[in-house]
Amino acid sequence: MSTTTLTSPAVVRGRVTRGRVTQRHVARSEWTKLWSLRSTRWSLLAAVVSMIGLGILVAVVQMNRWSSLSPHDRSAFDAIDVGVSGYHFAQLAIGVLGVLVISGEYSTGMIRSSLMAVPKRLPVLWAKLGAFSAVTFVLMLAAASVSFFAVQAIVTSHQVNHSLGDPHALRAVIGTALFLTVLGALGVGLGALIRNSAGAIAAFVGLLFVLPGVTALLPASTADAISPYLPLNAGNTVATSTFDNPQHLSTWTGFAVFCGYTAVVVGAAAVRLARRDA
Amino acid sequence: MPSRRPECPSLRLIVGWAIDPHDQGMIEIEHISKRYGEKLAVDDISFVVKPGTVTGFLGPNGAGKSTTMRMIVGLDAPSAGTIRVNGGAYRDFRAPLHEVGAMLEARAIHTGRSAYNHLLAMAQTHGIGRARVEEVIELVGLSSVARKRAGGFSLGMGQRLGIASALLGDPQTVILDEPANGLDPEGILWIRTLLKQLASEGRTVFLSSHLMSEMAQTAEHLVIVGRGRVIADTTVEEVVSRASVGATVHVRSPHVPALRDALAGDGVRIQSRERETLEVHGLSAERIGELAAQRQLTLYELTPQRASLEDAYMRLTGDAVEYRTTTVPVVTDEILEQAA
Repeated sequence: MSTTTLTSPAVVRGRVTRGRVTQRHVARSEWTKLWSLRSTRWSLLAAVVSMIGLGILVAVVQMNRWSSLSPHDRSAFDAIDVGVSGYHFAQLAIGVLGVLVISGEYSTGMIRSSLMAVPKRLPVLWAKLGAFSAVTFVLMLAAASVSFFAVQAIVTSHQVNHSLGDPHALRAVIGTALFLTVLGALGVGLGALIRNSAGAIAAFVGLLFVLPGVTALLPASTADAISPYLPLNAGNTVATSTFDNPQHLSTWTGFAVFCGYTAVVVGAAAVRLARRDA
Repeated sequence: MPSRRPECPSLRLIVGWAIDPHDQGMIEIEHISKRYGEKLAVDDISFVVKPGTVTGFLGPNGAGKSTTMRMIVGLDAPSAGTIRVNGGAYRDFRAPLHEVGAMLEARAIHTGRSAYNHLLAMAQTHGIGRARVEEVIELVGLSSVARKRAGGFSLGMGQRLGIASALLGDPQTVILDEPANGLDPEGILWIRTLLKQLASEGRTVFLSSHLMSEMAQTAEHLVIVGRGRVIADTTVEEVVSRASVGATVHVRSPHVPALRDALAGDGVRIQSRERETLEVHGLSAERIGELAAQRQLTLYELTPQRASLEDAYMRLTGDAVEYRTTTVPVVTDEILEQAA
């Protein structure tokens, strides 16, 4: 490591373009932060690969044994659902990354630098949400589209339910990207609210994946009443072809409920960020 | 109430110091307190840090130094009192990195990010360009490792990166918490030179340390805290001279018994640990010389035992711990004797 023992005043003063903090500048900064971490690149790669790979894998396996499938299994095969089925894996990668985007700043102390540069604080949260949501939406829309069309190509020689021409097809592909984007925002909100990676990831997994299991222990009538409103059940209505059963809310109602939960968590996180000591 | 500094940075550049010479570069802390649950970390502290000099913030660990610095840069809100930097509140700054550059004690860097990307992300919040990022990396001597993950940095490299962050926006005020921590001797010399240079450019330099010796070589002004209160707000020179009052004078003479009689008086304590020597407490060297001359007693040696800075500091913070009880002079003597 070289050491500059004598410092000329010109260097300290230097070539500083004097700007000021704007939401656009903070967004640019958060974009740099997002992409300059290895964890981001690996998590997003995992999300994309599983988003594309799972549907294709399921389609290939099912088509190979199509002739041996029972009529019931054949009628249950939904080409749209299989086409976007990768979200089952991607949702974990996206949610956990969403948490880490902000909880990682608390665990390393980076948050102090961030908030010293942006003492109004909230622009940091909005920029993080904006950058991460944009990346998630674009990548997941691309990955879901690739998966969807690949699956359609694989199943084309067989008579299956809900394929390309289905009115829900386009909605399910876009809906998958929307669902994962809002899910990521929920992760960011939990990370900002709880300020601790392990705690926030536990809360995320608990809310989305454990709660449905716990609800199943309740009396059937109670469980049936609660179940449609659980975050995951409400959110993924937009990422499936159709839900005929009454245990789910209708597509956009369910998604709106999911957005509502996310808004509450993000709102609470914003209040905590603005009011509490960092 | 001083008027607010204009917001437009370009105007400030053109008009510079003429705008409001009273506020520019000042850190004004008025009666701030900070309570964390039961613990009162900062207890009604007031002081002013002025531009153009290096001001040291000195105190034992847990004295409230870091907490005070966190409040200056708006990370923690004071439970009571107000802080003004350059005439305004830090949270209202539209371009804080141009106003204040700070490095806090705990690392404030994501361990997975390279030094370059860390500084770039910081710079981008203000629209500061890449050229400046390269420049501060060069300035702190991190060019060869700038693209490596900061998590692998040594403590000294981490400090240099922290200093680079602080200087990124070419700020009027520089706040550094324990900047010498983890630096090798060469690094300590480097930071000392850098800080003095920043002050000579008219900037406000405020740094904390728990080491008096380190501070004495860098700072001119000192704010000493203990147990969340200001114990002294003074200059380095004054601390030393204050500590020297009540220090001992080493006297060597062939006429020890006669000299003892000559010097005896109220408030004077005399010890003799060796033949022909006396340790006199409570009289100045000048007075001892006069008294010896009056009685025509030969002196071989007459040396005031100047208290070291570390002694002075121990004495001051010792007072804080004891809350100025009657044991203070005894404590001081013991420390001074050990040092002698």
